[in-house]
Amino acid sequence: MFTLPSLTVEAGAHVASGAKLSAPIRRPVEPVGKAFMHHAQRTLRNHTWSEFEKLEAERNVKNVEENNVDPDELLFDTDLADPSLLTHDPRDWKTADLYAAMGLSKLRYRANDTQVIKAHRKQVLKYHPDKTSAEGGSLDQDGIFKIIQKAFETLTDSTKRAQYDSCDFQADVLPPKKSGDYDFYEAWGPVFVSEARFSKKSPVPTLGDAKSSKKEVEEFYAFWHRFDSWRSFEFLDEDVPDDSSNRDHKRYIEKKNTAARNKKKTADNARLVKLVERAMNEDPRIKMFKEEEKKEKARKKWEREAGARAEAEVKAKAEADAKAKAEEEAKNAADAKASKKKSKEAAKAAKKKNKRAIRNAAKEADYFGDIDKAAAIDEQIALIVDSLDDDQLVEVADKIKTDAKTALQTIAKTLTDSNKLPASVLSYFL
Amino acid sequence: MSSPVIGISFGNTSSSIAYINPKNDVDVIANPDGERSIPSVLSYVGEDEYHGGQAVQQLVRNPKNTIINFRDFIGLPFSECDATKCANSAPIIDIDGKAGFAITRGEGVEEKITVDEVVSRHLNRLKLAAEDYIGTKISQAVLTIPTNFTGEQKSALIASAAKVGLKIVQFVNEPSAALLAHLEAFPNEKDANYVVADFGGVRSDAAVIAVRNGVFTILATAHNTALGGDNLDDALIEYFAKDFQKKTQSNPRKNARSMAKLRVNSITTKKTLSNATSGTISIDSLADGFDYHTSINRMRFELTANKVFGQFSAFIELVISKANLDLLDIDAVLLTGGVAFTPKLSSNLEFLFPESVEILSAQNKNSSSNPNELSSSGAALQARLISAYDDDELAEALQPVVVNTQHTSKPIGFADSEGNFHPVLLAESSFPVQKKVTLKSAQGNLLLSIYEGEHKIVEKTIESEAKEADDEDSEEYSDDEPEVVREKIYSLGAKLMDLGIKDVKGGLEIAFNLNKDGKLRVTARDLKSTNVVKGEL
Repeated sequence: MFTLPSLTVEAGAHVASGAKLSAPIRRPVEPVGKAFMHHAQRTLRNHTWSEFEKLEAERNVKNVEENNVDPDELLFDTDLADPSLLTHDPRDWKTADLYAAMGLSKLRYRANDTQVIKAHRKQVLKYHPDKTSAEGGSLDQDGIFKIIQKAFETLTDSTKRAQYDSCDFQADVLPPKKSGDYDFYEAWGPVFVSEARFSKKSPVPTLGDAKSSKKEVEEFYAFWHRFDSWRSFEFLDEDVPDDSSNRDHKRYIEKKNTAARNKKKTADNARLVKLVERAMNEDPRIKMFKEEEKKEKARKKWEREAGARAEAEVKAKAEADAKAKAEEEAKNAADAKASKKKSKEAAKAAKKKNKRAIRNAAKEADYFGDIDKAAAIDEQIALIVDSLDDDQLVEVADKIKTDAKTALQTIAKTLTDSNKLPASVLSYFL
Repeated sequence: MSSPVIGISFGNTSSSIAYINPKNDVDVIANPDGERSIPSVLSYVGEDEYHGGQAVQQLVRNPKNTIINFRDFIGLPFSECDATKCANSAPIIDIDGKAGFAITRGEGVEEKITVDEVVSRHLNRLKLAAEDYIGTKISQAVLTIPTNFTGEQKSALIASAAKVGLKIVQFVNEPSAALLAHLEAFPNEKDANYVVADFGGVRSDAAVIAVRNGVFTILATAHNTALGGDNLDDALIEYFAKDFQKKTQSNPRKNARSMAKLRVNSITTKKTLSNATSGTISIDSLADGFDYHTSINRMRFELTANKVFGQFSAFIELVISKANLDLLDIDAVLLTGGVAFTPKLSSNLEFLFPESVEILSAQNKNSSSNPNELSSSGAALQARLISAYDDDELAEALQPVVVNTQHTSKPIGFADSEGNFHPVLLAESSFPVQKKVTLKSAQGNLLLSIYEGEHKIVEKTIESEAKEADDEDSEEYSDDEPEVVREKIYSLGAKLMDLGIKDVKGGLEIAFNLNKDGKLRVTARDLKSTNVVKGEL
């Protein structure tokens, strides 16, 4: 071992003037090994050495903690879940909660074989009579240990475990109260998960959620409607006396047990059927699907009838059109009739007027100076007017206004020429 | 647990695969034939493909359809491939400028396969063997490569591996992988310089690696593609051929088949001689119907192959001189590869190096007894390490900024009361670095002078010869060595700083810290009074 020289300068740091490290060389380091990864992290994150050491130490502590804890251990109970087990009579072990005795009250039927073995070892270390007596307990107080041993015996034998699990009512999840206000999926999901443990078939479909498809939901209920359960109730049997002194009594008990088992099994099946029925009735998805189906049906119907409806529409339209047309026509006809009548009346009035004008023409022209022949003129004019057709009437009425006598003479001549009147009656104008 | 990342050491002559088993130990995986060192050989007989040891046997019967020594050809243009490597097997041909092999499959159908394809098939066989062994699908691997592999060769390897569904997560240099595996099994906290020499079947590689705080830096590498275990085989074959000719008057060298038979059996005998002092060889109908049977002792073999052993030693000396180091600067020589089993190699090196240097070969108790598995084990260890990091972190860590690091060029240390230099940070330490020295008995007022050190080799002649040279073993070295004792001596170089510490009560802890930018900080802490003196440069 070497020693340091004794102090010749003042205490403290004295950096030699102009001292400099030799120029470093840049080389690639080999990117392998833990040391390199640490080096990389230091370089990348710019950690100082002490910071890095601190981080590493923290990480190591964490790793050690994580690595040392068996994940199974976390699932076991830390304390006895049911303290009454300590005073439970080991002869009545069947009524004890065996999972609680094993520290598996959280796992129950989910505990696998390794977990059972591990849990048993842990419980034995804690409750072995040697240990408890060493801690001041009496050797007689080994009830809990006996129960643990019974529990281990039961849970490690698959048949016995199935029988026990069948009657492990503590693992049952009860369906929600009917009147209560609950979320369907939250309330019913665990119920079906716990019931699923009795299924002979696997995998068992889960309840799913509001987004599950119709197919999934239908498959789910189809599975549960046809649920095949291995649940049996041997565990609750009354103990069959093993002495052969009373065979009849033994047979009687056995018979009674079988009957009780069957009864319980039937009741359990009925219970499950009711349970599934209730869930199905409450299932908002089923309601939704039904509604959807209804809507779909309506829509289909609507679609299917589209042709007929279109036809009817066309027909109605045609009918309406025809009706409108007829109405219009009728109106037109009425209008025309009215106007015809009017014009007829107007023509009649005009005719009358014309006739009157012609008749009065002579009078107005003071009978053309022949007032004495007035009666004859009037008579002859009346004859002319009566014999005139409509055109002539208009013509004459028109002409009269300018020269009544000439007009009358011309028409008289025309009439006689056409032999409508005999010349004799129109003597004045010829 | 997701599927494990396996480590593959892919050699010219043989490959091996390793993974970290659930018990967290390195497991070298044996193929279905039980071979842990799987020959890198593929052979085609009819419609069948043989791999590994089964394919090696085809070298005698069916050499033209047996592909060997293909590793080095990957990614190289045909012109750079050494065709003589395949002289006794399927000949190498030119396929679009790349190396390939023409083999006959089935009913005389000639098939041309590129070396990339051969590598794919080989890696696939390795992958299948690993999957068989582990029982899960394998999709990722760490692959070891020689230090002189080019970028093209790496990408060709990546492509070949990807073809069979294997993702190469990282390439690791063979010597680094071997050293990693060695240090995992035999931890050494001290900083040291290692020579890692890999004597394979057809090539030899060596590297000088400085280990500082567990970080590896390759100081120099050397490669020789003409030197390897095959040279030892050749020497032995020549010896047997001569012996056979003398006994039977028949020359086995004329017949390729005889030579192939002789080679296979000589290799077995050579391996026997690594473990036993004598071995036998017996071949039915070696040539002209003559059987051959003889025994050979280890000494005879070593004499026969003495020249080759000399080359091995010279090769190691070469790499050390390439690193500008002296034999005395080396702390240990790690031998890997098949030849590392041969006792003569390590005994030669023990003569070559001073006694302080440890020769880590199969015979050394401080070293793995399976030197040919070191590199795959190292790859597996690296695989375990990087599987804890995600891809981004790994890519980030492999950036040149991180990998290319400053290294000290001279040792840094302090002077003791006799004026002797004590190095703390050795030369070639990568920054950032921190080292602590504890002086338990330090007391009183002390002066701590920090220096850069110089070191030189001093030769001293001593009068009496301490060693008795074994005539046969050391005839090449016995002439010059015994008289001169060479020593590595440190002397004080440039003074960096003085730290004066008063009233040290009991013990002093000195921490040397060199940060990323090359700033040196020396902290002296009194262990009792927690009095601290700091100096910064």
